[in-house]
This record gives sequence, structure tokens and C-alpha cells, in this order.
Amino acid sequence: MAIYKIHLLVCGGTGCRASESAAVVESLRASLTAAGLSDEAQVVATGCFGFCEQGPIVKVMPDNTFYTGVTPADAAEIVAEHVLKGRQVARLLYTDPQHKTPVSDAKQMGFYRKQLRVALRNCGFIDPENIDEYIARDGYAALATVLSDYSPRAAIDVVKRSGLRGRGGGGFPTGLKWEIACGRQADRKYVVCNADEGDPGAFMDRSILEGDPHSILEAMMICGYCIGADRGLIYIRAEYPLAIHRLEVAIGQARACGLLGADIMGTGFDFDIELRYGAGAFVCGEETALIRSMEGRRGEPTVKPPYPAESGYRGQPTNVNNVETFANIPVIFLKGADWFAGIGSERSKGTKVFALAGKINNVGLIEVPMGITLREVIFEIGGGIKDGKRFKAVQTGGPSGGCLTEKHLDTPIDFDTLLAAGSMMGSGGMIVMDEDDCMVSIAKFYLEFTVDESCGKCAPCRIGNKRLYEVLRKITLGHGTADDLEYMRNLSTVIKDTALCGLGQTSPNPVLSTLDNFRSEYEAHIFDHKCPAGQCKALKHYFILPEKCTGCTACARSCAVNAIVGERRQAHSIIQNKCIRCGACIEKCKFEAIQVN
Amino acid sequence: MDSVNYNEREAPAGSSNGAGAGLKACQVQAIKNICQSFHNDEGELINILHKTQEAFGYLPPEVQAVVAGELRIPAAKVYGIVTFYTFFTMQPKGKYPISVCLGTACYVRGSEKIVEALKKELDIDIGGITPDGKFSIDSLRCVGACGLAPVMLIGDRVHGRVDALHIKDILAQYP
Repeated sequence: MAIYKIHLLVCGGTGCRASESAAVVESLRASLTAAGLSDEAQVVATGCFGFCEQGPIVKVMPDNTFYTGVTPADAAEIVAEHVLKGRQVARLLYTDPQHKTPVSDAKQMGFYRKQLRVALRNCGFIDPENIDEYIARDGYAALATVLSDYSPRAAIDVVKRSGLRGRGGGGFPTGLKWEIACGRQADRKYVVCNADEGDPGAFMDRSILEGDPHSILEAMMICGYCIGADRGLIYIRAEYPLAIHRLEVAIGQARACGLLGADIMGTGFDFDIELRYGAGAFVCGEETALIRSMEGRRGEPTVKPPYPAESGYRGQPTNVNNVETFANIPVIFLKGADWFAGIGSERSKGTKVFALAGKINNVGLIEVPMGITLREVIFEIGGGIKDGKRFKAVQTGGPSGGCLTEKHLDTPIDFDTLLAAGSMMGSGGMIVMDEDDCMVSIAKFYLEFTVDESCGKCAPCRIGNKRLYEVLRKITLGHGTADDLEYMRNLSTVIKDTALCGLGQTSPNPVLSTLDNFRSEYEAHIFDHKCPAGQCKALKHYFILPEKCTGCTACARSCAVNAIVGERRQAHSIIQNKCIRCGACIEKCKFEAIQVN
Repeated sequence: MDSVNYNEREAPAGSSNGAGAGLKACQVQAIKNICQSFHNDEGELINILHKTQEAFGYLPPEVQAVVAGELRIPAAKVYGIVTFYTFFTMQPKGKYPISVCLGTACYVRGSEKIVEALKKELDIDIGGITPDGKFSIDSLRCVGACGLAPVMLIGDRVHGRVDALHIKDILAQYP
């Protein structure tokens, strides 16, 4: 095996590949070959670095130089300057937005300084399609230790002591879950990895699967050993082709190495893993729905109990964990339960991966210790709000969560504090909103999602959410009435109390949390017929400032409904009851004479 | 439901009740091959439909009927699956299928404007296809490229940071 002096790590995650990172890899390789350096330096396509906003990213090791926004055309310069002469290419370095100085070392960037990468430890570091690189980073060492030194009960005890809680949203203690599945007697048990990451704006599971697929396989095997299962199934969204490909490669390599299959490492333990594909149904993230979907049926949840640990896939005891939960398992065995329990807050141990998105400067994937505050995440790691606008809210937990506002900025983030604040951890999506976002529209957006994704099995979710959506729609159209707010609150409570599964029980959260935190915005829509953020089209009011209007007729000619009248070279005006508020006139006016309020 | 007549396993096989009408013999055979590669196992129905949609582009009723016949389950059951999961479609897609991401990250960065611009430019609705079969518009929930929001997929290609004003130029790249 060749030993390389320099490694060029190129992000090969979905985000960076969308901005041509695969072409960057090709041109770096071509440039190295042309310079006769292909034995000296190696180009590695890795998993996600997390800093998606600045992609595609190239990291040069060992000096840890971090290049951002690299295009295929930059490859020759990186090779000629950095690889050959050891000089950094200054124009590709990241510029610190505060001090306006270039920063070459990722550890010195605001985005990375407060992060602690446990679940993402190998993402952006190893080639996910090469099992040797995973093994070189202590891969499969945890499995070896568990198989040779631990009894299943003792291994479960380690997970319990670590305090790890399920990262899929519920926060159920993982060790306890395994113990329940372990205690069941059955001919066959199953380990299921829930990779049906359906929350819009959440991509942590996908990044782990793309960047470090072997860690999931290893953890599933450890789980299988603990609960007495010999079959693992990964339920993954069909929308994630790259993650599917990398899992297939990883499973093939693990089988070829004897790390998957019969008599693993000569210990007599058998385990094999198969993939099952989702087909685009949000509700399948719920474990009983997921199991039904894996059986080839409609993904409709069932009443619990029986829990999957009692009767799951094909009626057998089944342990379902989420991708990020599994990603933590090998580290817990390598570094010890006490080490893991030493990170995080009192009741939520370890770290959490969040997908930062929306109106924030540093969009990307971050991993932070539990107990960090929202302010640190949004303003230090996230670099603040885009275009210098004002922070308004952050939505956590996807369609099941709620909006948190300025007053929550100093709340430490963990499972319990977020619940207390009327939101939830969820899978870890964090969508930041600024002053231009209308909270009524956001609540409507989430409800539209829920109505679309409700499986229709239970009435509270199927009908209740539809009614909630209709009221929200009415308010955004300016037809809201004074009773609507109370009606929505009552209805939301009923849905929460009576819906069958987690989807329905949490679906009114976006409504309740916006009602609590942004009541005045609802009232402005209902009583003043105004949308304070200027988002709701029906409540917009277009008018022409006569002093600025030159009478050029450009607006009148662009109006599809002839709502603009006026003589040439005379100030024009808009007939309000004809105006359809399409905004076409505003784009045509060169004199800023048309205003909206 | 003890009556034998209602037992799923007793449903008549597809070929004997006219399933596959409107399909060519080779197409029917292709579907049968897919089913057989999964051992005609009812539990693999979702995987079978994935493969079938890959081959046909969409899942019209006549295709569903052949699958139902092969697996010896009622066509209603296959229809139930096809309509439950948004990944499956009963409408043909255009030569260049367009999917606009309507996930939250893209939504707050203005994906609705892209949909409006596309609808206007192509004169079709979401779920529709242009008369020449070139473009079809669909929405999807999050491709996970939130750093590039708002995002639109045309075929397999991801267009990031799309500006509604440049829709025309983007579409012009597809002959």
C-alpha cells in the first residue's frame, strides 16, 4: 500500500456533489498526475464536512488547511501552489466574517470551535467507500471487544450507564430499549435501523450514512449481539440514492472481510444486514408504521402496546433505533460509558447533531454537546442571521416541533428543556427564521405538510389537522374571526390527546407554539387585516406614490387585470378591488413609485 | 372473513381476467420477471414496485394489475400501496422531470416563487406534464441539500440557489 505525504480530502456529500465536488475530485487527480505527484498526494472523496454553506470543501492534510467554494478550475492552482510548493492558496481560504481575516485551520473557525464530533467523528475524514480507512480509525474494534469480553447483559449495562437516549425524536433510553428486547423469548429477533429521515430540513442521518456507513453496521451488530438477533434491516428513504449506494458498498465489503455473515471473528456470532426502501411517506418514521412498510404494506401505525420489542417485524421482537443513535454506540464501547456520560447535560448525555438551515449564514451540519444554548448555536456556530436581518424564531423538531423565540435563546438545549419550551428535539432540524417570515404562514406550511402526510387511519389526525389547516388558511387570506384563536387552541389540544401515533400527537405543536409566542401576529392578520412580515399575499396592499410616479405606463402595461389606470405622463393609481396582488407592476417600475404594505 | 371467496390467496391470477390489457407481451413479461426476482413474495411488494417504476417510469393501472396477478393479491391492495407512498406515481413524467424542493429550508428561502415561475413558464400545474412530454413539475420534501436552498432537481441534476427570475435560462439548458 502506497504511503502518501499529503491527502486532499474533498467533500463527497450530497450537498457538495450538487455543486460539482465530483468534478473537483477528477480535476485534482488529473492535476496531480500531470505534475507527477500521484504517488505523493492522494485525493479522497469523504463524507460531509458539515459546512455546506461554503461547499465544495477541500481539506489538505496534514496541515489541516481548509479551502472553501472550490471549483474544478481551482484544482491546478491547489496542486501547483499547495501540494508542490507548500504555499496556501489565500483566495480560497475561509474569511472570518467578523474580523475579515482569512482562517486556514478549521479548528479556529467560529463554525467549528464549539463543536464536538462524536457521531460525526469520521464524516469528512475517511473515504466512506473504503473499509480499511474505517478500520484504521478503530472501526470494528468495539464489536471485537463486545464479542470477546462482554456478555449481552454486561454490554447492555454499558449502554444504560452511558445515558444514551434515542436520537430519532422521542428520547427513549437506548439501553432500556435493548434490555426489553433482550428479555423476550423468540425464535428470531430483528435489529432495525430507522433511516427514514423525513423531517424537511433535516439531513443528519443521511450525512452519517454517506460519510461513515460502517459505524452503523458495527453498531447494529453490537445491538444484535446484545438482544440476541441475527438479522438486521436498514429502512432507508429511496430519495437518498448516494446513502443507499454507500451502504451497499459497505455491506459488501464487510461481508467480504468476514465482518458480516456467519461466525463473525470466529466467535460463533452470526449477523447479516439487508436494506429495505421507503417510498416517500413521512409517517413511516414512526416505528410501528415503519415495520408495516417493511412488510410491504401501507405504512399505517398500530396501537402500542404491543411495542416492537414485543411484537415487531413479522410478529417477532424487534429493536428499532435511529441512525444517529447507532452512530454513538461504537464510541461508547471504545471510550467508555463514563466518558460519554461526562458530556452533555444532567438528563441528556452526549452530543446532538443538528442540521442548521434557513436564514442563517452558516448553513450546515453541526454536532454540539447537549446543554449548549441556542444563542451559541445560532450566533456563534451559525454565524448569525443572513443579510444582517433580525432573528425572529428558530423551529426545532420539524413538523412535530415548535418555534422558539428570542426569550429562549439562552435556554440550554436538551430533550427536556425543549419539551418544556413547547418544542421538541425531534431528529435535529433547526430552521432559522428572520423578520421577513410570517409565523402564521409557517404554521400553515407545517400543517399543510401534516395533512399531506397523515396516513388517514385515525380521525383526530385525518380530520382535525385538515380543519386546523383550513382555519390557518382562512386567517392568511384575511377572513379570520375573533373566535378562531380559541377554536384552534381547543382543537389542537383534542388532537394531541386523541391521535393514535406520534405524528398526530405532535402535529398541532407548530400552531400552539406560534399561538403562544406570536399571538400578536395572528391578531394583526385577523383584526387589522395586515401581515406584519408582508408575506401573506392576500393581505398585501399595493399603491402608487404620486410624487414618484412619472406616468411612464410601464406598470399599467404589465398589469394582467388592467387594475392600473392613469394618463401618460400623469401619476397612475391602482384600483384596489381589481388588483390580484401579483406584484408584476413592482418589478417593472424603475422609479420605486409602487409600494406595498 | 372466513369465507373462501374473500381470501386474498384465492384471487384470480392476473392473466386470466384480462390484466395486462394494453401492454405489450414483452412488457408483461418484464413485470413478471421483476416479481419473480423477488420470489413473488407479497412482503416485497414495495421493492417490486420500485423496480417496476424504474423500468416503466410510472405505474398505470394495467401495470398494477399484472403485479397483483403475479403476487396473487387483489389489485386494490397494489393500488393502495401505490397511492399511499408519494414516491410512486400513476402519471407519466416528462423527458426532464422537474422536482422543486418544498422542504422547510427551501420554503423560507423562497421555493414557492420557483413553483409559481415554473407553472407560468410551462403553463402546467404541479403534477402536470407539458403537451410535448418534455417537462413535468413535481414537488418533493427535502433532498437534504439545504445549504443550497432553494433547490430544484431536473432529472438527477441538482440546481441550487435558484432564482425565480432565471427559470427561463435554466430550462433553456434542456433541449
